[in-house]
Amino acid sequence: MNAFPSSTFFSAAPEWGWLITLYFFFGGLAGGSYFLASLIDLFARPQDRPLSRLGFYIAFPCIVISGILLTFDLHRPLRFWHMLIESNTYQPMLKLWSPMSVGSWALVIFGAFSFVSLLGALADAERIPWPAWREVHPPSILGRFVAVIGGIFGFYVAGYTGVLLAVTNRPIWSDTPVLGLLFIVSAASTSAALMILLADRWQWSMPGLLDLHRFDAWVIALEFIILITLMISLGPVLRAWLNAWGLLLLLGVVGVGMLAPLALYWRGSGQRNMMISAALVLVGGFLLRVVIVFSAQGV
Amino acid sequence: MAEPMGFYTDTTVCIGCKACEVACKEWNQLPSTNGGVNTLSGDSYDNTRRLDGIHWRHVKFIEQFTEDRKDGRWLLMSDVCKHCVHAACLEVCPTGAITRTEFDTVVIQSDACNGCRDCIAACPFGVIDINPVSGTAQKCTLCYDRLQSGLEPACSKACPTQSIQFGTIKELQGRAQKRVEQLHQSGEQRAYLYGADERMLGGLNSFYLLVDKPEVYGLPPDPKMPTRNLAAGSMFSVLGALLVGLLGVFNFRDRGAREEQRRRENEETRP
Repeated sequence: MNAFPSSTFFSAAPEWGWLITLYFFFGGLAGGSYFLASLIDLFARPQDRPLSRLGFYIAFPCIVISGILLTFDLHRPLRFWHMLIESNTYQPMLKLWSPMSVGSWALVIFGAFSFVSLLGALADAERIPWPAWREVHPPSILGRFVAVIGGIFGFYVAGYTGVLLAVTNRPIWSDTPVLGLLFIVSAASTSAALMILLADRWQWSMPGLLDLHRFDAWVIALEFIILITLMISLGPVLRAWLNAWGLLLLLGVVGVGMLAPLALYWRGSGQRNMMISAALVLVGGFLLRVVIVFSAQGV
Repeated sequence: MAEPMGFYTDTTVCIGCKACEVACKEWNQLPSTNGGVNTLSGDSYDNTRRLDGIHWRHVKFIEQFTEDRKDGRWLLMSDVCKHCVHAACLEVCPTGAITRTEFDTVVIQSDACNGCRDCIAACPFGVIDINPVSGTAQKCTLCYDRLQSGLEPACSKACPTQSIQFGTIKELQGRAQKRVEQLHQSGEQRAYLYGADERMLGGLNSFYLLVDKPEVYGLPPDPKMPTRNLAAGSMFSVLGALLVGLLGVFNFRDRGAREEQRRRENEETRP
């Protein structure tokens, strides 16, 4: 057997640790919640509007947390703006072929959309005394426009991190092209789960919750298929998971985060099942990012 | 632009003296490891361990001995940034801190780098790391400051055996090719050049003469650009977004439509 299954095994680890892992989790929640909120606003019933507002309430704080995590992960945090402005010329800094460069801009733009949508949602719920902000919330034309464009950016924020990992030379990360796909689907499942949990905490019982629960089951099934596809696409590099990380992936991500919630869904959509299932999905989604981030750097 | 400049390292004449490491450290004022407290790696005579933010040259000691140690050889190699013509680090750097100089070398501008570490993950050779003093990513600059003053880099200047040779790439390639032929004629058939031509990342401006497989020296046999995954990764992500979007529409709309239909049917059947 070849000692090095891929030429990626000669690169060095960037030492992206817990801050980045948490960012991947919160960034996914921000993008996914925004997207789901937009989807509910555009397609679901009027009585589900509190659910969509909840999505916008989640997205903004999560994207703010993401920005803070990313800034503190830099070895020179005060230079965070170098991602956006070229520090020697003060010209805009954008490399379309560098996911980190485009992602930095996407975070800023998505942050702006999240803020506007947050105000829209607050105005819609009459929690702020500026009714004019209702216009940026569906069903108005402007509101629909904001929801669609913001939702697309939300997806970008949720998925670009996977592409960023692929556009390196680290083992696992750059040995498969489906990490972005996995992160997007996982962002959707964890976001739906968080919305279900928070809705339950406030004892909401709109019909959209059941839709969200069913949606989550579908997405988890899809995520499971994608994870298997990822493993197959790794080929001989899959050996890098023949260790504790692989075990955590199997038990924590697949077992706790995918199969257990699916089994609970099959048993019925009782309140208790929905809650446990949602909590497990969140745990699994976090563990997925832990395994992906850390396992590739321990090689 | 000046003519492309670089290093040709003939590993067969390296004696492992580490003069290159010392010269590099001195000229570039790189700090000592662990505050100068000596810690031994236990790995041959190599206590530098690897290239990083404060070691821009690293002499590798590879011991190839039989079990009974009756037969064997040392492979010695002074490793450094390869100054790739298609440089992975430069490609991904989101701040524009990594630039190509007029000598076709790759330099990190420390005042622009914010320590995001994308270049560390991108470099296929594991060359770059954070310098804990500056908090920025650093690596060999091929002594850009010396080159601008018409001097040769500190390491090649200090090398006592001419294992590290500095010059124009064209001149170095010719010299290296002759050396390979000479070694072949004298019976060392394993000698070959690593990264001397454009097949490897457009050419390495710091290329090597090796006498074993690249991986024996800790070099990737087939280094690639990180953006090889960009198109496929992006397309799969778009596919993911579409799939999740469809699932969302299907789940949220389906029931809404059905309820609407039921409501209409109820209205129609009402007298």
